[in-house]
Amino acid sequence: MKLLKPLLVALALAGAGNALAIDTQPAFDDPNLQQRYENITRELRCLVCQNETIADSNATLAGDLRREVREMIAAGRTDDEIRQFMIDRYGDFVLYRPRLTAINFLLWAAPVLLLVGGAFAAVRVVRRRAAEADIDPAGPEAGQS
Amino acid sequence: MWKFIVPFGLFLVLGAFLYVGLQRDPSYVPSPLIGKPAPQFTLPSLQDASYSVASKDLKGQPWVLNVWGTWCGGCRQEHETLVAISKMNAVPLIGLNWKDDNGAAQQWLRELGNPYAAVAEDREGRVAIDWGVYGAPETFLIGADGIVMYKHIAPMTMEVWQKEFMPRIEAARAGKGSKT
Repeated sequence: MKLLKPLLVALALAGAGNALAIDTQPAFDDPNLQQRYENITRELRCLVCQNETIADSNATLAGDLRREVREMIAAGRTDDEIRQFMIDRYGDFVLYRPRLTAINFLLWAAPVLLLVGGAFAAVRVVRRRAAEADIDPAGPEAGQS
Repeated sequence: MWKFIVPFGLFLVLGAFLYVGLQRDPSYVPSPLIGKPAPQFTLPSLQDASYSVASKDLKGQPWVLNVWGTWCGGCRQEHETLVAISKMNAVPLIGLNWKDDNGAAQQWLRELGNPYAAVAEDREGRVAIDWGVYGAPETFLIGADGIVMYKHIAPMTMEVWQKEFMPRIEAARAGKGSKT
């Protein structure tokens, strides 16, 4: 029971960390623009500290990139244009949600390929065993090689 | 027989991928700029803001852009090498002083020597973003046609210069010579 209180505090703090980005003030008065700003900055990787988004990082470069995003939103650029701006400069690695490209095609296709391959192999094994069981009167145990 | 060869083959392929993965530096981000036109910039000169350093003035010859700042430890480490390289007079070495204090940067050059043909002051870090810079020191090689040929991320060493930069510079010069 003694442990419960610090645990609850820790849980509460963990939640707070997710809710707040590094910005101390909202970038936009307009809640729609602010929402777009938050969504984009949460999808872009801070390349200095690679496991943080630019929304969460206090690195100088992340601050500069937030400024670029803010200015581009204010200038009326679309989300795709802003993402493309970042990709042109920093490459696909800047995106936390990677795009489908020729290079990583296999990675995207792998789950489907493995599933289909596995199903194919499973069907073949089951069919063969069933056939062996039919032929061999001694039963499936004896039929295994 | 195939029951063993196929899984073992798959295991070897996976093992090869993982082994290669171990050798790679996860903090290295390949630049999408290689093979593309170098981003244009016009910035005030570090030493005299009434002069500007413009990338378009450098067209027609290979040149090197070195991104540095006095706050950057690796830049201090590579500075001696840059001074030595500049004495070889192979290509113009242009400095991009990234988000730095003007006074501190000038003092740095006075104390440690100035290897740069010109230093552009990027106080707001906008040009650095255009070049996809994420950690100084970074050094770019730009061809005579204004195409980015190579990028080195880490302090410059004489070995890197001789192995990666000089052959490309010589090739660029030779290629240009045969065309004209």
